[in-house]
Amino acid sequence: MSAEPTSPPVEGVGQFARAAFSNVSFVAGFVITALIALMALVSFVWTPHDVINLTVANRMQPISAQHWFGTDHFGRDILSLIMMGARNSIAVALVAVGIGMGIGVPLGCWAAARGGWIDEALMRFNDVVFAFPALLSAIMITAIFGPGAVNAIVAIGIFNIPVFARVARAGAMALWPREYVLAARASGKSATLITIQHILPNIASILLVQGTIQFALGILAEAGLSYLGLGAQPPMTSWGRMLFDAQTRMMVAPHLAIFPGLAIVITVLGLNLLGDGLRDLLDPRLRRQR
Amino acid sequence: MSLLEIEKLRLSIGNFEVLRGVDLHIDQGEVLGLVGESGSGKSMTALTLMRLLPELARTSGRVTFDGIDILNAPEAAMNKLRGDDIGMVFQEPMTALNPVKTIGEQVAEGIRWHTGANRKDAENRARTMLDRVGLPEAKFPLSRYPHELSGGQRQRVVIAIACALQPKLLVADEPTTALDVVLQAQILDLLRDLVDERKMGLLLISHDLAVVADMADRVTIMRHGEVMDTGETARILTEKKHPYTRQLAEASMHVPARTPRFVPPPLSPPDKGEGDADAATGSGSSVPGGKLIGKSSASTSPSPSWGGARGGGAPSQRDAAQSSRNAQTGPLLVLEHVTRDYAGRRRSFFSKPEPFRAVRGVSFALHEGQSMALVGRSGCGKSTLARMILALDRPSSGSIRFAGEELTTKSEAELRPSRRNMQVVFQDPYGSFNPRHKVERLVAEPLHLLELQPSRNEKRQMVAQALAEVGLSTADMDKYPHEFSGGQRQRLSIARALITRPKLIVADEPVSALDVSIRAQVLDLFADLNQRLGVAYLFITHDLMVARAITDQVMVMHEGEIVERGDTAAVLDGPQSEAGRMLVAASPDLDRALARRRAAASI
Amino acid sequence: MTLFLTKRIAIGVLTLLVASIVVFSIMEILPGDPARIMLGMNAAPEALATLREQMGLNVPLVERYANWIAGMAVGDFGNSYTYRSPVIELIAERAIVSLPLAVISLVLSTVIAIPVGIFAAARRGRLGDTVSMGTAQIGVAIPNFWFALLLIYVFAVWLRLVPAGGFPGWAGGIWPGVKALILPSIALALPQAAILARVTRSAMLEVLGEDYIRTARAKGMPRRYVLWRHALRNAMIPVLTILGLQFAFLLAGTIIIENVFYLPGLGRLVFQAITQRDLIVVEGVVMLLVASVVLVNILVDIAYAMVDPRLRARA
Repeated sequence: MSAEPTSPPVEGVGQFARAAFSNVSFVAGFVITALIALMALVSFVWTPHDVINLTVANRMQPISAQHWFGTDHFGRDILSLIMMGARNSIAVALVAVGIGMGIGVPLGCWAAARGGWIDEALMRFNDVVFAFPALLSAIMITAIFGPGAVNAIVAIGIFNIPVFARVARAGAMALWPREYVLAARASGKSATLITIQHILPNIASILLVQGTIQFALGILAEAGLSYLGLGAQPPMTSWGRMLFDAQTRMMVAPHLAIFPGLAIVITVLGLNLLGDGLRDLLDPRLRRQR
Repeated sequence: MSLLEIEKLRLSIGNFEVLRGVDLHIDQGEVLGLVGESGSGKSMTALTLMRLLPELARTSGRVTFDGIDILNAPEAAMNKLRGDDIGMVFQEPMTALNPVKTIGEQVAEGIRWHTGANRKDAENRARTMLDRVGLPEAKFPLSRYPHELSGGQRQRVVIAIACALQPKLLVADEPTTALDVVLQAQILDLLRDLVDERKMGLLLISHDLAVVADMADRVTIMRHGEVMDTGETARILTEKKHPYTRQLAEASMHVPARTPRFVPPPLSPPDKGEGDADAATGSGSSVPGGKLIGKSSASTSPSPSWGGARGGGAPSQRDAAQSSRNAQTGPLLVLEHVTRDYAGRRRSFFSKPEPFRAVRGVSFALHEGQSMALVGRSGCGKSTLARMILALDRPSSGSIRFAGEELTTKSEAELRPSRRNMQVVFQDPYGSFNPRHKVERLVAEPLHLLELQPSRNEKRQMVAQALAEVGLSTADMDKYPHEFSGGQRQRLSIARALITRPKLIVADEPVSALDVSIRAQVLDLFADLNQRLGVAYLFITHDLMVARAITDQVMVMHEGEIVERGDTAAVLDGPQSEAGRMLVAASPDLDRALARRRAAASI
Repeated sequence: MTLFLTKRIAIGVLTLLVASIVVFSIMEILPGDPARIMLGMNAAPEALATLREQMGLNVPLVERYANWIAGMAVGDFGNSYTYRSPVIELIAERAIVSLPLAVISLVLSTVIAIPVGIFAAARRGRLGDTVSMGTAQIGVAIPNFWFALLLIYVFAVWLRLVPAGGFPGWAGGIWPGVKALILPSIALALPQAAILARVTRSAMLEVLGEDYIRTARAKGMPRRYVLWRHALRNAMIPVLTILGLQFAFLLAGTIIIENVFYLPGLGRLVFQAITQRDLIVVEGVVMLLVASVVLVNILVDIAYAMVDPRLRARA
């Protein structure tokens, strides 16, 4: 991963929009992400079928005009469940990214600004966290504090902290020797003020790109936890939870597993494309390479 | 028939026309200087004849090398040509070598590829070649990696690679721009010797007229992708018939008209501090002022800055007032025995790291309105010293007093009053601004130091005034830095430094990244501000032309110490220290080069 | 070089130490008394007290930590509460499944990813690049356990080529064991390979834009030669970093994959131990996994130093 911070020329909004629209990754990623988000929002007010009041007579129905993606073992409409599940997957991943950024970025900036033993301590702390297989630790946390969406968020969020701390630190470290930061120091500005005025705006784009990557990883991690029965608990649902339910019924009804899985793949793909597109747009150094 | 013949070469990348019909030719064993400012297309010309252009580039015209049609030759034929018949040396030695391969491998590789020699023979030839470029095996075995060599040494390796197979043509694209003047002179000498010895043709690309005048038999001057002027070096640069040639030549020798603001009292130092300072640097390195002045006036060589200054008219009333105030208040900045150590690299796990001493016991004084240059080779400690004066770094020992206040022990909050009177201008006109802020905010940044924060309107007015002072308009306030050219950005940088009305501006290589014509304008601006506002300068530069142009006093720094000081003209015309002599001798000088050329021709 | 290694090992030991404190404290703050879990809710108070004594639960916290660490140093990870056997035996029993699974997956992903990445970089912007990177882009987005379910459906249920799950052990010969690990390895390896291929490609492209590549080309070396002899070694530096990081991912991945395929490996052991509150097993396995990540990262650092002479010199 490149640590070089980006300093895109500040272009007019129109110019940026034009560049964005000609970037295939960005457009595809943006459209997919927006559609998934829209789907999650719509599920609050409308789903094709009622999934709360169960009609057991309808259970395990194959794909049909009425149930596009079939129904599950309780007779719930899979499409409706996927729409509901999107909420949970997105919420968990989003809050986890928020936790990671909210704590990691200040830590990274602080380490870069102070240097010395504070920096060293942070880096060693990062080493320790990276040495824990993240999903294993998330399993531990959720298993210990009880399964559920909130604990899943915390578990995933904790492991986002060192990621953002590292990215922010690397970006900030590259900016501190820049002449405009020296000039700000010569103007008597404190490290905090310099970080707010000069460092953060210039590392915002790499943080944004990292944010989309972590968002995508968060969706995968939530799915993994729920798949093990440690994430969202019924009656709440999530895509991972649906796969958990589908696992034992694979032989008779593969559609139970296929559609939630596709939902995950498409969402993660959309976020990754969005991240790639943003990186191309915001990092002039990479833009030159294409 | 010439060795290389370029006819009506056009090159476009995307929609942008880089070259618009370039013609040039080089004969066997001839040195052609290709001169131009940035964006003139000189480097692209070189890459075209190597056929190493970016993928999107489109060419037309003819390039014939040794009877081969370069633009239409198959890739395999080009591979045969590159490295064997045409060698190339690049600008940036720090990145031109593969960091994971030894220098021996990198030199021998091309030899093996082109001659089919076995490893041992190729290594022998590589050894001979490295020895020839000044890297004898005893000190620089083939097993060295690039990171173990300095920039100058790396450039020698690159030259060894380029010349290993006795090419008929050597292309050198700004081969010394990234090096300091002393290294530049050494590398140029090496190139000249190799070219003579092996009867190679040399295409020397440079922005520096003095370098080209020194090296080239013929010169071609380019601008915006077109050839402006071409012909025999001495004639072209002496007659300056073409207006652009004249403009370039004048800009590169430009000296702003100015009167020294502060005349240091002759002979006896003004206060005890400076007396100590002279004693501290010890030895005979510093020359008493009286002797200096005598020497300078007796010197036969004309000194443009002094001459210009004398013609500049009498000092104004305000000047006189200023000087008298100087006498009362003592020097603006006093350094005593300033030393800075950096933690060194540990040799092994148990040994203590050896500190590296970047600055060793430097003492000097700078007076109000005085313009002082600090010159020295790269790595001599001059930038470290500047950072300490600006209180961006603290000395390991010694004292720095600014306007009577000791800086070294103060907290950031206590430094604010001093910072208000001391600002900085950096080298890189691109790196010195936050690309996301508008000019108004950028230039206003030092106002943060004021006790009473001005209102938004007052702020705008102050910014407008600072912009006016550096020749920019009020309308520029709402632009972003990328909308300005390099020279304009340097003006912005100066405006930012001026806005708190400082007494001292420390300028770290402020014009070295600029093209000559822009450089001349920025130097004029510096000189003008010194005259009008009485601001003192500490000018850090490796370029003696710059020092000569706008400073009254000069200090020569070498390996962390000040080894010589005195009036600028005197020191530069007759340096006393070894380091000073080396700097002066190595500095390219257009007049000197042309005189040498004429003398050689007349024999 | 020795200085470099010493420093890396010191950092590794420090990491392990901090990790052990973290693991120990998490287990400490957990609600629930291990003795009560072993004996059940209706145990007699005297029996509980005796067991607590035997398990060393009555000594002070710091002493318990010290005992735990000292035990692990000599291979004594304590006794499982639920299996009633030494943890080290459980680990050994399970490692013979997990270790081959991890190694096969790592090798498989590397062997696929690096050539694909180089190929894509060499043909940047052309069809081969677009197709392989498009595939990789999708591969990155596929959850490995879902991919595993699809593989089971296609190869085990449909085509009946391999077993759908379970592990016959190594006693019946190598082939039945390997056969049971084929699908799990592919499920683990392919998503990893997709990431690695993308990293390899971008590292190659980055290196191919460097000045020294131009120097090599100016020497007359053909494009292909420059790609293999100059670019590849430099591009391996970021690739190694990702490889090291991926190992931790892979270990975590085995937990899920072993559950999908009902493989009696370490991942399944630790997962079951967590749900059964068999903390001593959890502690032991987690420490072992952390130690293996640390070890792999030291190996990666050594590989770095072999690739990059600048690191050999630097401490």
